[in-house]
Amino acid sequence: MIGLTHYLVFAAALFTIGVFGIFVNRKNIIVILMSIELILLAVNVNLVAFSVFSGDLVGQVFAMFVLTVAAAEAAIGLAILVVYFRNRGTIAVEDLNIMKG
Amino acid sequence: MDITTLSNDLKHMIPELILALGAMSAVLAGAFMGAKSSKWISYFCVLLLLAAGYAAVRCAPLEPVEIFRSSLIIDNFGGFAKLIIALTSAAAVLLSIDYLTERKIDKPEYPVLAVLAVLGMYIMASAHDLIAIYMGVELQSLALYVLASYARDSAKSTEAGLKYFVLGALSSGILLYGASLIYGFTGSVNFTNIGNSALNNPSVGLTFGMVFVLSGLAFKMSVAPFHMWTPDVYEGSPTPSTAFFAAAPKMAAAILLARFCFDAFGDVPNLWKDIIAIMAVLSMFVGAIFALQQTNVKRLFAYSSIANMGYALVAIAAGREHGATALLLFVSIYAISSVGLFGVLLSMRDNEGKALEKLSDFSGLSKQRPMLALALTVLLFSIAGIPPLAGFFGKFEVFIAAVNGQVVPLALVLVIASVISAFYYLRIIKIVWFDEAKKSIAGGLATTRFSVAGTTLVLAALTPFIGLLYAAAKLGGNFIK
Repeated sequence: MIGLTHYLVFAAALFTIGVFGIFVNRKNIIVILMSIELILLAVNVNLVAFSVFSGDLVGQVFAMFVLTVAAAEAAIGLAILVVYFRNRGTIAVEDLNIMKG
Repeated sequence: MDITTLSNDLKHMIPELILALGAMSAVLAGAFMGAKSSKWISYFCVLLLLAAGYAAVRCAPLEPVEIFRSSLIIDNFGGFAKLIIALTSAAAVLLSIDYLTERKIDKPEYPVLAVLAVLGMYIMASAHDLIAIYMGVELQSLALYVLASYARDSAKSTEAGLKYFVLGALSSGILLYGASLIYGFTGSVNFTNIGNSALNNPSVGLTFGMVFVLSGLAFKMSVAPFHMWTPDVYEGSPTPSTAFFAAAPKMAAAILLARFCFDAFGDVPNLWKDIIAIMAVLSMFVGAIFALQQTNVKRLFAYSSIANMGYALVAIAAGREHGATALLLFVSIYAISSVGLFGVLLSMRDNEGKALEKLSDFSGLSKQRPMLALALTVLLFSIAGIPPLAGFFGKFEVFIAAVNGQVVPLALVLVIASVISAFYYLRIIKIVWFDEAKKSIAGGLATTRFSVAGTTLVLAALTPFIGLLYAAAKLGGNFIK
């Protein structure tokens, strides 16, 4: 029987992979966008699992909000990535260095 | 929810409705009238912001009211914050008009995005559950990412936008993960219920979630150790956007953090006090020390904002009873002065019309533009905390709150950090008044002078005014006692 713990461990693993994907990845900014999606989906798994196991609907409503905002966020991220690519001709992470920091 | 509750709730949402409906009509007007309308839409948006600020104060009830099944709370604390958010954003939009026209990126979207960001900040300032936190933060951040990369032909601006987006999205993710844990371990997203279960059945999962949410909010507020994005985003973004970032979003994030600590976890201050205190000390020192070696004014202001958010955290660490008023006073004064500083920066051009951003470019400002030099001096003295200017009283209140709230070590660190940071503020003043001029500073185009210089001078004049008003009120209060 799959219990709440399984879902939580799964979501925690997804979240960790997402965070590592942002920091360890040195190649491509698209991978960072994918990692962000992964983090948000981990949160959704968490919310829905909690909601189902506690019999409270609010968590699922929250998950719908997260899905909607995640779509808007991805659209804006890709748009910024496109204007960045037009200026620099590259989307490699190590080229993000005009300003030191 | 029946229709009477709905209309009753909507009555308390008038400021937000003004912003939302106004932004919609500004988008439509911009679409029909084309790119040439951008100046008029900017003025319209300034009016909208002022109206929303006025409405926020008018609608603030004497007793806190919870609306929409207590997902939002309308009270004086939020009402005052909303007024300052509206005023500083209106000033930033006014400052943007000429800059954008000169660079030929004046499109009607810019002020509309600013209004939408302010709508997000309004929701942050009155958030009373986790969903409202998330929606407010995202509405604000998504608009800010676009404002950061607004100069889309500039590599610097798009890079700033990209960095802001990646780190901002990561911080939203962290915040959201914490929110999901809090929801799971308390069974509710509402602050009151969360507070009850934090007091009655605390659990590791709940503490974990709280730490995640605190870090996410710290990212938005740019306090150390989550400050890495700030200098780059400040430097790369178009200067009016930086002016916007420096004031209102900081204020909204600080208010939201205070609400989260005070409303949701107010009964268990030991859970968050140490975390806030550590972040406060780190950001005060990071802000004070790293600013010393900056040569770019925008980067310097970024570190100065990190230090100032550290002072704001001291007020939060002092607890609800002592800290709330001090936080509000300090952050509003900081927000007003920092928009003024960016106004000075926006008024400076060399003879070819290029923006001046190096510290050394300030030399000779006193000879060529004495009024501007005076405004800059007043604003810097205010931020450095020299009486009788407003900034001194902000810091003073935070100091008293820290002493009363039993966090005396933080008060000492605050004093030390302000002394260190006074060094670089005074260095700018020295460059302005005593260094030989290296470049000539032109006044910019004839039309730029009025709105930019006017806004800057008004903001500069506000700081001694608020300071004197505050001192008079304090003295009067003491006499009556």
